[in-house]
Amino acid sequence: MTALAIQVQHRVGRAVLDTLAAVGRFAALVVEMGRGLTEVRVWLPRTLDESWNIGVGSFFIVLLISSFAGAVTALQAGYQFTGNIPIYVVGSVVTESVVLELGPVLVGLILAGRIGARYAAELGTMRVTEQIDALESLGRSPASHLLIPRVLACLLMIPILVIFADVMGVASGWFASKQALPVTDADFIYGARVFWRPFDAWYSIIKAFFFAGAIGFVSCYMGYSTKQGAEGVGRSTTGAVVTSSVLILLLDTLLAKLLLSV
Amino acid sequence: MIEITDLAKHFGAQVVLDGVTLSVKEGETMALLGPSGTGKSVLLKTIIGLIRPDRGRVVVDDLDVATLSRKALSRLRGTIGYVFQNGALFDSMNVFENVRLGLTDPDQFKDLDFARSRVADCLALVNLPAETTGKMPSELSGGMRKRVGIARAIAGRPKYVLYDEPTSGLDPVNADIIDALVKRLDTELGVTSIMVTHDVRGAFRTADRVALLTQGRIAAIGTPDDFLASEDPAVRAFLQRDFELSSTSSGGVDR
Repeated sequence: MTALAIQVQHRVGRAVLDTLAAVGRFAALVVEMGRGLTEVRVWLPRTLDESWNIGVGSFFIVLLISSFAGAVTALQAGYQFTGNIPIYVVGSVVTESVVLELGPVLVGLILAGRIGARYAAELGTMRVTEQIDALESLGRSPASHLLIPRVLACLLMIPILVIFADVMGVASGWFASKQALPVTDADFIYGARVFWRPFDAWYSIIKAFFFAGAIGFVSCYMGYSTKQGAEGVGRSTTGAVVTSSVLILLLDTLLAKLLLSV
Repeated sequence: MIEITDLAKHFGAQVVLDGVTLSVKEGETMALLGPSGTGKSVLLKTIIGLIRPDRGRVVVDDLDVATLSRKALSRLRGTIGYVFQNGALFDSMNVFENVRLGLTDPDQFKDLDFARSRVADCLALVNLPAETTGKMPSELSGGMRKRVGIARAIAGRPKYVLYDEPTSGLDPVNADIIDALVKRLDTELGVTSIMVTHDVRGAFRTADRVALLTQGRIAAIGTPDDFLASEDPAVRAFLQRDFELSSTSSGGVDR
């Protein structure tokens, strides 16, 4: 076996071991969080604070993005639907695109940057400045004080933000259709209802819930396992955003296959 | 009593502790000296169960730290105050909330009147004015942060206090204040202390016994007088190096 082949084998082996170790550490963290759930008095008030922070803090950006997404979808649909395609289909396209895909995915990706980066940086800084060690040395659980409130706040608030994004996206698409296209209110409403199924709204919320889990768990894990000072905090923050964004896209595909397959 | 037997710890290929054996008696103040990177802080964190050893035992009050359940470890930690190198104060909490977290008894923690009174007492013990309670850690100087860290460590009336470099990064005046404070707390509260430090002068002034940790092992242990009189090459080399550093940085030492 050549030296190059041995080196490649060594690197692959190391990467596999590192990945397995990371999975093990993540599982241990989840177990720790499960144990911390018994300390309701500790995590409940902190969860409410975190929920308020991420809910109110993200509300404006979520509405802004979803309103542009809805409007652009309407305008592009109007541009493409010429000839024999009835104009009311704009209502269908806007509603289905926003609720099934754009609302949850755009909000998920934006919040992966906004909340994921924040959580990873906060926890990473606490780790490298020994604040997490200090908490443990005082006989207190970092899981119930720091991790559970953040993950639960994500699971609670991100689906709510996605509902607002869906409503705003459809409303802005409706408004843009009326302004720029020959679409009446009746056309838009008719189009929106033609292909609408109540499950579509549930699908949007289910997706948001999974995306929230990806953002909460990944950013907390990355921040909590930070090493090596300021550089480590930077690495954790970037890692949290990239990993949770990729995970959102993977979950998006997986959930579409599982939940929307005919 | 804290008994450490044949303790070993490595991180990757780096052996940090390699068979440390040390015993700290009730009411004693032990200073742990040694060059940077010899595992002094790792030893302290192993005592409180923040780091698991690869080999050996740490026994505190007849309890083997590594084998304790989560609840038992949490209870044990309630009897140990830990002063972190840079204070490790919680950024998002003010001084009152930081020190209050040191109340490891849940009933005392919940009783706001008791907490206010105890926090005020602890801040007074470390010579900080009552107005400090409302300040955030970012508004405090390095010396004040260390003193708040000490106040938090003693708030729960611990039986043991572990100091991790309590004077590092401080100017000589502030370092002297902290050393005097450590000595006073040990005398007034009667706690058993282990102080990790680079500062030979401070160690000799505050400790009943001094241990030198080099290359992952205890190279020498004894009273400050024993140390000064020691012919052990490791002790002489460390004291000589410290003397040279002190001479160049602060104009001499008064040992």
